[in-house]
Amino acid sequence: MTNTQQMENLIIDSSVKTPQIDFNAEKGVLLFKGRSIPENSINFFKPLNDWINLYCEQPNNATTIEIKLEYFNTSSSKCLLDILRRFERVAQTGKDVVVKWFFETEDDDMEEAGEDYKAIIKLPFELIEVEEI
Amino acid sequence: MSFKRIYDIYQHFEEEKIIFSYSGNISSNFLNAVIEILEGKAEEEGVSSKLKKKLMNVLVECVQNIYYHANHLSTTASKSLNALLMVVKEEDGITVQTGNYMLNDKVQDLKQRLDLINGLDSEELKELYRETLAYGETSEKGTAGLGIIDIARKTKQKLDYDFFKVNDQLSFFSLKILIN
Repeated sequence: MTNTQQMENLIIDSSVKTPQIDFNAEKGVLLFKGRSIPENSINFFKPLNDWINLYCEQPNNATTIEIKLEYFNTSSSKCLLDILRRFERVAQTGKDVVVKWFFETEDDDMEEAGEDYKAIIKLPFELIEVEEI
Repeated sequence: MSFKRIYDIYQHFEEEKIIFSYSGNISSNFLNAVIEILEGKAEEEGVSSKLKKKLMNVLVECVQNIYYHANHLSTTASKSLNALLMVVKEEDGITVQTGNYMLNDKVQDLKQRLDLINGLDSEELKELYRETLAYGETSEKGTAGLGIIDIARKTKQKLDYDFFKVNDQLSFFSLKILIN
């Protein structure tokens, strides 16, 4: 149907300072999981952005962005925003894009961070409370 | 250093309840080591997971602030690359205390920024954070001026700081952040 079906998935294992990444083009699911605190977030996010740019050329009809972060630094927060903005443009072309922002019960900081993005980004945005991420 | 002095320093650490202290060059790998040590320490001290997360968050922003700043300074004096990081147990929580050199002519700007942030209530801090995130410019290192705002917002405390003029070129900037 589309080129995205031939796209390689992007899978990166988590490290002390970077999250697990699982971008699945076929399913249209992009997962960020763990903590994101690299000094130079631009370096870490570069391959992610490259993949996303390619995916966004011919995106699935429905894309889900799952953010399951423990915590992240302010340097990552900007990179995350840029990714969500990229998907705002995808949504403007009539495709479905939904952001699922997970936070642990009583983790007010991550809940607030989700609310920040929800306020800035014009995409369907679900804040989902879970026992453990 | 005399043995008596070593003992004195040890006693001082005990009395002041210094959980962690480091002085020296802050490198990129430094943070990995600190995180690992403090995760263990936090458990030893019976710190709740919520507080631990907040502590890590603040620590990351502090260390990375110093790291970016030190790299920026590296062309001046080699001494300027050194910094101090302490994590101290207090009666009402835990403090992260940092000290680092900075150029005298940058002091006024930073002071103004800290005072501005200290003058904001939590709702105003939220607005400033969102505005800076949404419209602020990012430097080539990915910093966006959000660090200090984020610390103030997450700790819900005023930023306690001081500048000490060392010589014609450098000042020592100390910052004390309470997490509870």
